[in-house]
Amino acid sequence: MKNIKFLLAGVLFGIIMFKSEAASWYRIQEMFRFQSIHMFGIIGLAVGIGVPMVALIKKFKTKDFSGAPIVFHPKAWSIPRYLIGGTIFGLGWALSGACPGPIVVNFGAGFVGYLVVLAFALLGTFTYGVLRDKLPH
Amino acid sequence: MDFILQPWPWYVSGVLIAMIMFVMLFFGKSFGFSNNLRTLCTICGADKYAPFFQFDWKTQSWNLFFLIGAAVGGFIATNYLSLPDYTVAISEQTVAELAALGFETDGYVPESQFSLDALMSVKNWLILGIGGFMVGFGARYAGGCTSGHAISGISDLQPASLLAVVGFFIGGLLMTHVLFPLIY
Repeated sequence: MKNIKFLLAGVLFGIIMFKSEAASWYRIQEMFRFQSIHMFGIIGLAVGIGVPMVALIKKFKTKDFSGAPIVFHPKAWSIPRYLIGGTIFGLGWALSGACPGPIVVNFGAGFVGYLVVLAFALLGTFTYGVLRDKLPH
Repeated sequence: MDFILQPWPWYVSGVLIAMIMFVMLFFGKSFGFSNNLRTLCTICGADKYAPFFQFDWKTQSWNLFFLIGAAVGGFIATNYLSLPDYTVAISEQTVAELAALGFETDGYVPESQFSLDALMSVKNWLILGIGGFMVGFGARYAGGCTSGHAISGISDLQPASLLAVVGFFIGGLLMTHVLFPLIY
């Protein structure tokens, strides 16, 4: 089962999201009110380590476990796509208090309201897929 | 053991999240959670309605395993790695502002909104439903969520990801400071 390692990585991710309180509705509210370093510290430090890490992987052409080169996929530039899409996402993030990973983590932790959030997130993705050609990208 | 049972400080969590990203890169995948939403739609038959969902979802099965793991991780963290009845220690100012809106500020998330009983309220269904809808719609429109853009994309210095994160904050600030007082 080659997928077991992804299951284990997911378990680790879920534990980290919960224990860091990045999955807590309260922490998201605190972040959008700029009243603690907590969330900014988490994301800032992850990125602060991530930037040199990715640069080193590119410089040394590091291979993954299977021997294939690690590749990064640049995203095509667009203003409306990221600005409008990002803003809609942000509205939902603050209202539900969770982004997609933490929605699932919270459901696992037993907060059943997040099952409703997840179901409607799927409906939102479905609606985007149907309307895609009509939206500015 | 006590330091594991206590909430983890941000400087530990930030390092661990960077580690998860590295582990996924080492596994030959890029760290991005919300692609799962598209995959789940395809599995539910959305490919009959839009070309966006017409792809071989099995190529994304690794990410679904990651998703299942995340739910299991949440279960383990709350039941075995946390002290009972703990409250997230947000700043006093946030406590005061949330209390003014009528929120309790104990526990991990407000029970008044996310417990089973909370589903008896139509208003709550609207909040959870509209919130979830915008997360799912926006994540796919913007081509990624917090993990894909704020962590992976910015680590790769992608201008698109930086713009997406600016959007996340425009939306989040608008909701928190303009719409919350109207909703609650």
